[in-house]
Amino acid sequence: MSRGPHGTARDARDEARGDAPAPLQLAEFATGDELRAAVERLRALGYRDVEAYSPYPVPGVAEALGRGRGGIPLVTLLGGLAGAAIGYGVQWYTQAWSYPLNIGGRPSNAVPAFIPATFEATVLCAALAAFLALLAGLRLPRLWHPELGVPGFERATVDRFWVRVGGRDRRAADVALTRRELEGLGAVRVVEVA
Amino acid sequence: MTPPAEAAAVRAAPPERGWPVLRTTAGDAELTDRLLAPIGTTARWWWILFALSGALTLLYVALIGYTVARGIGTWGNDIPVAWAFGIINFVWWIGIGHAGTFISAFLLLLNQKWRASVNRLAEAMTIFALVNAGIFPILHLGRPWFAYWLVPYPSALGVWPNFLSSLPWDVAAVTTYFTVSLVFWYLGLVPDLATARDRLSGTWRRRVYGILALGWRGTATEWRRYHVAYGLLAGLAAPLVVSVHSVVSLDFAIAQLPGWHSTIFPPYFVVGAIYSGLAMVLVLVIPVRHVFGLQDVITERHLQCTAKLLLAMGLMLAYSYGVEQFSAWYSGDVYERYAFLAARPRGPYAWAFWATLALNLVTPQLFWWERWRRSLPALFTAGVLVLVGMWLERFLIIVASLNRDFLPSSWHLYAPTWVDLGILAGSLGLFALLILLFLRFVPLVALSEVKQLRHELARERP
Repeated sequence: MSRGPHGTARDARDEARGDAPAPLQLAEFATGDELRAAVERLRALGYRDVEAYSPYPVPGVAEALGRGRGGIPLVTLLGGLAGAAIGYGVQWYTQAWSYPLNIGGRPSNAVPAFIPATFEATVLCAALAAFLALLAGLRLPRLWHPELGVPGFERATVDRFWVRVGGRDRRAADVALTRRELEGLGAVRVVEVA
Repeated sequence: MTPPAEAAAVRAAPPERGWPVLRTTAGDAELTDRLLAPIGTTARWWWILFALSGALTLLYVALIGYTVARGIGTWGNDIPVAWAFGIINFVWWIGIGHAGTFISAFLLLLNQKWRASVNRLAEAMTIFALVNAGIFPILHLGRPWFAYWLVPYPSALGVWPNFLSSLPWDVAAVTTYFTVSLVFWYLGLVPDLATARDRLSGTWRRRVYGILALGWRGTATEWRRYHVAYGLLAGLAAPLVVSVHSVVSLDFAIAQLPGWHSTIFPPYFVVGAIYSGLAMVLVLVIPVRHVFGLQDVITERHLQCTAKLLLAMGLMLAYSYGVEQFSAWYSGDVYERYAFLAARPRGPYAWAFWATLALNLVTPQLFWWERWRRSLPALFTAGVLVLVGMWLERFLIIVASLNRDFLPSSWHLYAPTWVDLGILAGSLGLFALLILLFLRFVPLVALSEVKQLRHELARERP
C-alpha cells in the first residue's frame, strides 16, 4: 500500500523494523446482522485495526469495536463554560467597568438582567464546540479516502455493509489468510484497496 | 451513553397496529431512491410555484429597498402605535420556527419514533422562518444601517449596547437560535449528503454533495460520535425552544403598558409559538407527502400525532388567555381592567379579539375526534386557520395594547399601509421560495434515520 504524502514518523519506524502496514482489505456484507457478527468474529480472531461501514448505525457494532465518545461531551462542557464566561464577562465589562451608566441608582453589575444573554452565549458556544469537536475528532472534512475509490463501495451509504481490515495490524499481514477468513464470515465479496 | 435510537429499540414499544409509523415495503436501495427522487425535480407545479414565490420575493426586496430609501414613514406605524407589522411579523415568524426545533430536539430526547420522517422538513421550516424573523427587527430599527450598534464591539464612541434592555437579549437569543438550528440541521444532513454523493448521477451534483458531505463514510467511529454530538445538540436546542420566545416575550413583559406587563407572557408566548409552528408543519407536510407520494413514509400517524400536539397546545393557549384575563380582573388596576375587559372585547379591535379566540381556541377542538385527525382537508384547513389566528393574536397584543394607553387624548387608531401588507406577503413568498429550493436540492426526509427505523421496526415484529 502506498502511504502517499501522509506517511508519519511512526510509519517510517515500522518500516525500518520490517513492520510495514498491512494492505487494506474490504469485505462487503448484505445485512447489518452479518456485519455485527463479522466484526465480533474478527475481534475474536485477534484483528486489531477493524473498521465497519454502514448506511445507518447498526446496534452493537460500535460497542464490539470499542468505539468511545471521543471526548465530545467534555469539549461541549468546556465550550459551554467558556461561553458563559464570555457572555457574562462582556456584559460586566461593558456595563460595570468600561462605561457604567447610573440609571436611577441601579447597580451597574445587574446580575439578573445579564442572565438571558449569558445563557444564550453558553448554548451557542457549547453547540459550536460539540460540532467542531466532532469534526476535529473524525478528521473531517477530508473529502477523499482510499476506500471511496473501490467500485461498489458507494453502496456503503445506501444499503450495503462493509468491513475494513489491514493497516497497522500484524494479524492482517498475511493477505491470503485474511482474505480467506473474511470470505469465511459470509462476505459477498472481498476487495483489496489499491 | 446508549444512542437514543438504540435505547428506543431496547424498550420495544407495543406494536402500533392502526397507525403505523412507517408503511413502506421498499428495500433500502429502493427507499433511498424514492426519497432522493425529489432532488432535481422539474415538475411543472414546482416551476409555477417557484415563479409565484420568486415574484413575491422580488416584491419583498423592492419594498424593503423602498422602506430603507424613504424611511419608516412608509409604514403605518405612528405614535402611539409605534410597534406594528414589523414586530408582529417578527414574533409570528420566530414562533413558527419553534415547532421545528420542538419536533427535532424534544422528540429525539423523548425517543419518539414518528420524528424520523418529518424532522428534516420541520427543521428546514425553522431555519427559513428565522431568516424572515431576522429581517423584521432590523427593518424596525428605522435606520437598519446601524444594526451593528446592537453588537458589543469596541468603537471610537466608547459606548456599548445597554444589556439592561431586553432588545440586546433578543439579538443574543435570535442569533444563537439561528446558529444552533443551522448546525443541528446540517449535522443531521451530513450522512444523507453522503448518500446523495454516492447515489445521484451527474459529476457536478456528486461533487457538490461530496464537498457538503465532508467525506462522510458511515464508519462505526463516525456513527458513534455523530450520535453523541447529535444528542448533545438536541439537549442544547431543547432549552432554546423554551428560552427564545421567552426572551421575545420579555420585550413586552418588562414594559409597563397594560396588555404587555404580565408574568404569564414567557410561557404563554412559548405555547403560542409551538402551536403556530405545528400548524405550519401541517400546512407544509400534507401537500409535500402528497406531491412526492410519500404517504408510506410520512404516514397518517405523523399527522395524527401533530394534530394531538396541536390540540394540547391549543388547550394550554386557552389556559393562558384565561389567566391573562383573570389577572387583569384580579389586579384591581383600572388600566389593566380597561385594556383586557373593555378595550379588547368591545374596542375598535374587537374583531381581532373575537377572531383570535375563534380561530385559536375553537379550531383545535376538532381533533378530539379521530375522524377529523384522519381527514387531510380538515388538518390542512386547521393549520391555515391557526396560522391566521396566531398572527391576529400578535396583532391584538401589539396594536390593541398600544392604541389606547393611559391618556385618552393620545389614543389613535392604527391601519397598515400597502407597504406593510406587501412586506408581509413578500415574507411569505421568501419562505415559500426557500422551501421550494429545499425540496429541489436537499434530501427532504432523513434517509439514514428512516432506514434505521425500518430495521428496528422489522426486528420488533417477529
